[in-house]
Amino acid sequence: MTKQELQNENDDMLIDGQEPEAPGQKQGSHDPGEFNPDHLKLFYGKLFPCADFFRWMSYGNDGKHPGCDPSYISRREFSFTLDNDIFLRFQSFHSAVELENSIREKCPFKIDIGPVYSVEPTKRHAYAQSGDNVFAPVERELIFDIDMTDYDDVRYCCTGADVCLDCWPLMTIAIKVIDTALRDDFGFKHILWVYSGRRGVHCWVCDGKARRLTNEQRAAIADYFRVYKGNENSHKKVSLTGLALHPFLVRAYTEVLKDFFEKGLLISQDLLSTEERYEMILELIPDAAIASELRGRWQDNRRSSSAKEDINVVRWEQLKHLLSKNKALGLRRCVEEIVFSFTYPRLDMEVSKHMNHLLKAPFCVHPKTGRICVPIDPNHCEQFNPTTVPTLSQLLEELNERGPRDDLDDEWTGTSLEGAVSLFRTSFLQPLLKACKEEIESSYGAKLQQSKNSFSW
Amino acid sequence: MEIVRSHVHRNISTNDAVNTLPLYRSAPPLEVRLEDFELYAMDRLRVLKGISDGLSRGKKPEEMEQLVVNLLKAHMRHQQASEVVNKDMISHFVLRLVYCRTEDLRKWFLSMETSLFRYRFRRENAEAQRAIMAEFDLPYKAVSHVEFESVKDKLEQVARSIGQPLPDKDTIFYKVPFEEVPELVAGRKVFINQGYAYVGMNQVVSLVATLFRSQLSKALTLTNRKWTSTIREQEKDRLTPIVEALCSSYLGPDYSQPREYAQISLKDIDQVAKSSFPLCMRHLFEKLREDHHLKHGGRMQLGLFLKGVGLNLDDALAFWRHEFSHKVGLERFEKEYAYSIRHNYGKEGKRTDYSPYSCQKIISSTPGVGDHHGCPYRHFSEENLRAAINRMGVNGRTLEDVMDKVRNRHYQLACTLTFEAIHGKQCDAGINHPNQYFSDSQKILKPKPQDPSATS
Repeated sequence: MTKQELQNENDDMLIDGQEPEAPGQKQGSHDPGEFNPDHLKLFYGKLFPCADFFRWMSYGNDGKHPGCDPSYISRREFSFTLDNDIFLRFQSFHSAVELENSIREKCPFKIDIGPVYSVEPTKRHAYAQSGDNVFAPVERELIFDIDMTDYDDVRYCCTGADVCLDCWPLMTIAIKVIDTALRDDFGFKHILWVYSGRRGVHCWVCDGKARRLTNEQRAAIADYFRVYKGNENSHKKVSLTGLALHPFLVRAYTEVLKDFFEKGLLISQDLLSTEERYEMILELIPDAAIASELRGRWQDNRRSSSAKEDINVVRWEQLKHLLSKNKALGLRRCVEEIVFSFTYPRLDMEVSKHMNHLLKAPFCVHPKTGRICVPIDPNHCEQFNPTTVPTLSQLLEELNERGPRDDLDDEWTGTSLEGAVSLFRTSFLQPLLKACKEEIESSYGAKLQQSKNSFSW
Repeated sequence: MEIVRSHVHRNISTNDAVNTLPLYRSAPPLEVRLEDFELYAMDRLRVLKGISDGLSRGKKPEEMEQLVVNLLKAHMRHQQASEVVNKDMISHFVLRLVYCRTEDLRKWFLSMETSLFRYRFRRENAEAQRAIMAEFDLPYKAVSHVEFESVKDKLEQVARSIGQPLPDKDTIFYKVPFEEVPELVAGRKVFINQGYAYVGMNQVVSLVATLFRSQLSKALTLTNRKWTSTIREQEKDRLTPIVEALCSSYLGPDYSQPREYAQISLKDIDQVAKSSFPLCMRHLFEKLREDHHLKHGGRMQLGLFLKGVGLNLDDALAFWRHEFSHKVGLERFEKEYAYSIRHNYGKEGKRTDYSPYSCQKIISSTPGVGDHHGCPYRHFSEENLRAAINRMGVNGRTLEDVMDKVRNRHYQLACTLTFEAIHGKQCDAGINHPNQYFSDSQKILKPKPQDPSATS
C-alpha cells in the first residue's frame, strides 16, 4: 500500500448505510414481537457462535506454529452498536475469551467487522497519519453488499424494507452471478454469503489474495461487475454496446439472467400486464416505431382471453420477435439490455472499494426483524427462503422446549440455528482454516530458506 | 545534474539510450544553465497542463494521443536535435522538485506524467515497446500456442466487445495476475480466468503505465525527503525561489481554505443558490429541499462546496439539521449525520480538512440509484439536462450550443457557456471548479470595489 492510497480523500468513516425509514417511526423502535433487547443477553450467552467467529477472524494465527502472528487478531477492528445508537468503533481483542466477554457484557445490537490494521486499533492515536509509522489498514476481506431497495424500480410486489418470495429471486440471481465470477474468473475459493437479516445479502471473500487487495484493485473488481449505471436523472441505465458481449456477461445472461427473467420475474412481477408497467419496458427500446407498434397491439389487446398462456409471456415473445427482425445496431442488444435492467446484480460500489468500510458480522440479530444473519449456501441459493430464517424469539422458544442436551454438544444443537452453524463450519470455515494453515507454514518455510540462503556467500 | 550560470559551455551528453522514451530512472549527468532550468520546466508544465485539460474534457484515447503529439511538438522541441532528449530529462527532474512537496501536487504530477508516458508509449513501435517492457522487468510469459487455442473463442469475444481487431495465431498474449492490470479488469477489456488476465500486446500499455507510475511515485517520495532535508535550504538563494514560483503559477486555488467572512448567510441561501450555484450544486440543493435528504455522495459534494463558499460549521450544522430533521428527526440527525458534517470540517476523526471537489473529480464520479451528485452535464439524460438548463434561464440558440458541447463530451465548456449566458459576461478561464463558478458569479453580481482577498 503506498502512502498515496492511504491518504485517500474519501477516507471518511464509512458504515453500510442506514437509510431513513418512513416518517413517524419512533427512534430505536423495534417490533416487540420479533426483537426484544433483553433476549440479546441470552443470545450472546448461548447461541452466538463466538468461538467459530474468533477462529475465522484469526485466519490460523491462533495456532502454535512459529509462523503464526499472535498480534494478528488484535489488529482487527470490530465495532459495536449499542442500544440508543451508541457507536463504539476501534474495538479490538487479544483472545477469544476477551471477545466473548466484551460481547456478552455490552450486548451490542449490531457487530461490525472492520479491517486488520498495521497496529492495534486501540493504540492508534500513538501513530501518525503519514510518514513511516502509520495507522492504516493492511488486510481486509473483499466484500459485497447487495440490497433489495436498489431494485425498487423493477419490483412491484414490495417496496422499501419488505421482501417476499416474488422478489427474492433477484438476490438469488446476484449470488449466482457474482459467486461464479469470483470463483471462475478471479480464482477465489473461500467465499461466504450471508443473509443481511432483512432485505439483502453480503459476500465475504476471505482468500489471502483477496484480503491483501489494494483499494484500487477492489474498485477494479467492483467495476468489472458493474453494468447498471445511473439513477432517476439519467435515462437508459444499461447500455450493452459492442459487437459482442464480454464472456462474463454472456455467461451471466445464458446461465442465469435469461431464465430467471423469462420463467420467473416476467410473470411474478407482471412486467407487461398493465400500461404503466409495459411502458417502462417500451421506454428501453430505442426505436420509436417498434415501440409504438407494440403499444398499439397491447393497448387493444388487454384481455387476450383465448390464450391460456400468461399475458406477460405472450407479449414478451411478441417483443422479441419484432426486435429480432430488425438488425439495426442500436437494437442489436435490446432484448439483453431489458433483461439486464431487470435482473442483473446491483452492487453498492462504495462498500467494496474501500478497505476501511465496516460491514455487519454474520450471526448477528437484525434489530428490525429479529432474524439471524445466517449463511447462505451459494450452491443451493435457490432454496433459500428469507421468510423462514429463524428469529431470535423463535430460537429462544426452541431452547426452552429442547431441554437438556449432551455436554459435548454445542448450545445451539437441536435448534434451528444448528444447520446454519454447520453450514458455516463445513462449507466455509474448515476449508478456509486448512488453507490458512498451509499458507502460514509454507510462507514460514520460505522465509527460513531465504535467511539460510543469505548466509551462504 | 549540475546547475550552472550561463556562458558556461555545456557538456554534450553521451546518450546511450536507444529509446526516445526515457524512463527517468536517474537524473542525467548533465550541466544545466540556470535559465534553462526554469524555461525547460515551464515548457514541460505547458504539456502537462494541456494533458490535464484534455482529460477533463473527456477526450478519447486516440484524441489524447494526438493531443500529446501536438503538445510535444509545440513545447518540447529544441533547435539542436541532440538537445531534445536532454530537455525531456531535465524538465522532468526539475518538475519533480516542484511537485514533490505536497500530497496534492504529487498526485497531480503523477497522473499527468503517467498519462504523458502512456500516450508516448502507445506511439512507439512493437520493437521499442518490447524493449521498454524488458526495462521494467516484466517476467510475464507469452501464452503458449496450445493455451491460446483453448481460450481463443473467449479472446475473440472480448476483442469484439471492445472494438479491437480479432487475435490471430501471431498475436502475442501475456498471462498476467489480474491484480496487476486493474484498469483492464475494471473496463472488462480482458478475458480473466482463475485469477489471470489475458492481456494483448496492445493492452500492454496499461501494464507498463502502472509500473511507470509506481516507480515515479516512490521516486517522488524520496525527492520530497531530500528537498525538505537539504535542497530547499541549500538552494534558498538560487533554485528554491524558482521552484516555488513554478508551482503556484499553474495550479488554480483549491478553495480548501474558507474565507474569513462567510460569503453566504443562511437567510439568503435560497436566493444565492438560484443565482450563483453551478448546476450540479443547484440540483443537489433543490433535491435536498425537496426530499429533506441526500445520500452520502450528495452530502459530500454539496457539503464541501458550501464549506468552500464560506459557510461556517455552525451555519452548516443548522442548515443540514433544518433539512434532515424533517425526514429523520432531530435526535437521529445529531447521531447519524452531524458527526460527518463536523468530520468534513476537520473537527473529528483524523481531522483532515477536506477540499471541495473540483470539476474533474465530480465529472468522474459514478452516481448510482438514488444519488443526485455528479456532473449533470455528464450524468443527466438529454431531456432532463435540457429542462434543468432551461430552468436556469438558458434557452434558444445558447441552449443548443450547450447541448452540443455536451454531446461532444466537453462538460466543463458546457457549464462555462451556461455561466456566460446567465451572467451576460465572458468567462475566459473556463469553469474547472464549482467554487470558482460561485465566486466568479458573486463577483459579477456583487462587485466589491476594494476586495482585500480577491482570488485570481
